[in-house]
Amino acid sequence: METLELTQEEQFQARIDADMRIEPKDWMPDAYRKTLIRQISQHAHSELVGMLPEGNWITRAPSLKRKSILLSKVQDEAGHGLYLYSAAETLGASRDQMLADLHSGKAKYSSIFNYPTLSWADMGTVGWLVDGAAILNQVPLCRTSYGPYARAMVRVCKEESFHQRQGFEIMQTLCEGAPEQKAMAQEALNRWWWPTLMMFGPKDADSPNTEQSMKWRIKRFTNDELRQKFVDMMVPQAEFLGLTVPDPNLKWNEAKNGYDFGEVDWEEFWNVVKGNGMCNKDRLGARVKAHEEGAWVREAALAHAAKRKQRAEQEAVQQVA
Amino acid sequence: MQVTPSETVSLAKYTPEVRQQLFRYVLQLADTSLILGHRLSEWCGHGPILEQDLAMANIALDLLGETRSLYQYAAELEGQGRTEDDLAFLRLATEYQNPLLVEQPNGDFADTVVRQFLFDNFHYHFLQQLQTSPDERLAAIAEKAWKEAAYHLKWSSEWMIRLGDGTEESRQRVEKALANLWRYSGELTTPTATEQALQSLNLIPDYAALLPAMQAHVAKVFEEATLPVPAETYMQKGGKAGRHTEHLGYILAELQYMQRTYPGLKW
Repeated sequence: METLELTQEEQFQARIDADMRIEPKDWMPDAYRKTLIRQISQHAHSELVGMLPEGNWITRAPSLKRKSILLSKVQDEAGHGLYLYSAAETLGASRDQMLADLHSGKAKYSSIFNYPTLSWADMGTVGWLVDGAAILNQVPLCRTSYGPYARAMVRVCKEESFHQRQGFEIMQTLCEGAPEQKAMAQEALNRWWWPTLMMFGPKDADSPNTEQSMKWRIKRFTNDELRQKFVDMMVPQAEFLGLTVPDPNLKWNEAKNGYDFGEVDWEEFWNVVKGNGMCNKDRLGARVKAHEEGAWVREAALAHAAKRKQRAEQEAVQQVA
Repeated sequence: MQVTPSETVSLAKYTPEVRQQLFRYVLQLADTSLILGHRLSEWCGHGPILEQDLAMANIALDLLGETRSLYQYAAELEGQGRTEDDLAFLRLATEYQNPLLVEQPNGDFADTVVRQFLFDNFHYHFLQQLQTSPDERLAAIAEKAWKEAAYHLKWSSEWMIRLGDGTEESRQRVEKALANLWRYSGELTTPTATEQALQSLNLIPDYAALLPAMQAHVAKVFEEATLPVPAETYMQKGGKAGRHTEHLGYILAELQYMQRTYPGLKW
């Protein structure tokens, strides 16, 4: 039979080409495993760090209803972190190691969370634009080739689209409100627009991993394709809100049936990636602090579990005797 | 007006005086859940374990849900057109009536667990009885919140046990937290004049009757946690009468920031 002549790697690729899912016990190339661990753990870290900029406004939310929605949203992010860490664990990574890599700076998380949240309108903008961009990045991952990741993403995406609608609704309330509320919304859009365009990553020409990831169907669209989609989706929404997108080069292009837009400030992008964003040190510092200050709690939980186990064993021995 | 527990009443039937007392009391309950929920929400993103970050946010959300139902009812009892947000955000510090315990800072995780345990032990047993209040609204709010409080008490009891019977460090920390926070526990079951008036009408539970079950739960949890039950100590009080510790002002500075900066806007 012909399949017998295929190498393991060729059989693996054939399964991917046939859109079959790869499961934890299946053979997979080391590079595929490594790429996925890197990508999934980065995604999990992004959920964890992403709790901070929005968590920043929970105690100051302007109404009880908004406070509940925001707290529940940030809690969802913690939940996403959990599913994603679990998905990465199916590839043989341990949560302790992944967290150690985050804390040492070896592992990355989404740079968008290194920008500060300075007004209540940021809770709207983060939901509307940042979650909007995240959804575009993530919806294709519901069909990604690695089964546990794809299934985790189905849950994540459902909740993210709910968050995005809530973010848009905050913006709509602000834009329909008093002049100072509308100004707050515009000011937030001015700060967040370019950083959200950066969320799709470097230009295709500068994205070394894209080709292999597309071949493995870990990724299904290129960075530039997604960025274009995002602009085409968001510009009409900004117009609906009566807000101005802060890009003088933004212009509808009939021929390509999409918008032309200005160039992202790639110097800023690489600086934030390298750790020079306004909040890189604070965000990572807050995570490291939580982890270090929580060490005694984790130790206590383990020590107590060990004591219980020991007592249960002693009782079992006594019963037998 | 004397109400026996077999009757149910709704706000239309109260005398103005009872209605005013009930308004004051429902505000006290709402303030209590609001301030404790606020404190717990400060942990969000900073918890010692991701699972516990989720658990604390969950409890905060339950308390916030209870808060909203209570402020909405309070607004109806008052009948002056104020909304849940007006009541939550636009009062003076001296008008907040939460007991002192719930405004105490998060401290370390042991402080938070002890604060939560002391509150949950009261809240759970209190809500259990409040479900039989002849006041329909309070009974309905209590029914929903009691189910949630059962989970909260389970969570904080389990952590008391883990920390007490965990490592030497965790035991020291939980003992230190108890030494600081135990003195705020008495206020929970010490009735104010308003509470006494409502208790005499059988509209709310008699706190003295809750004590045996509360003490039994403390005894059971502390035994498993291998912790001594703290000796009798001088109990602080004042929060329920609007006399707070220094901490409340800072909570309100954050809580009220948006509403105070942008008066009268919709969010």
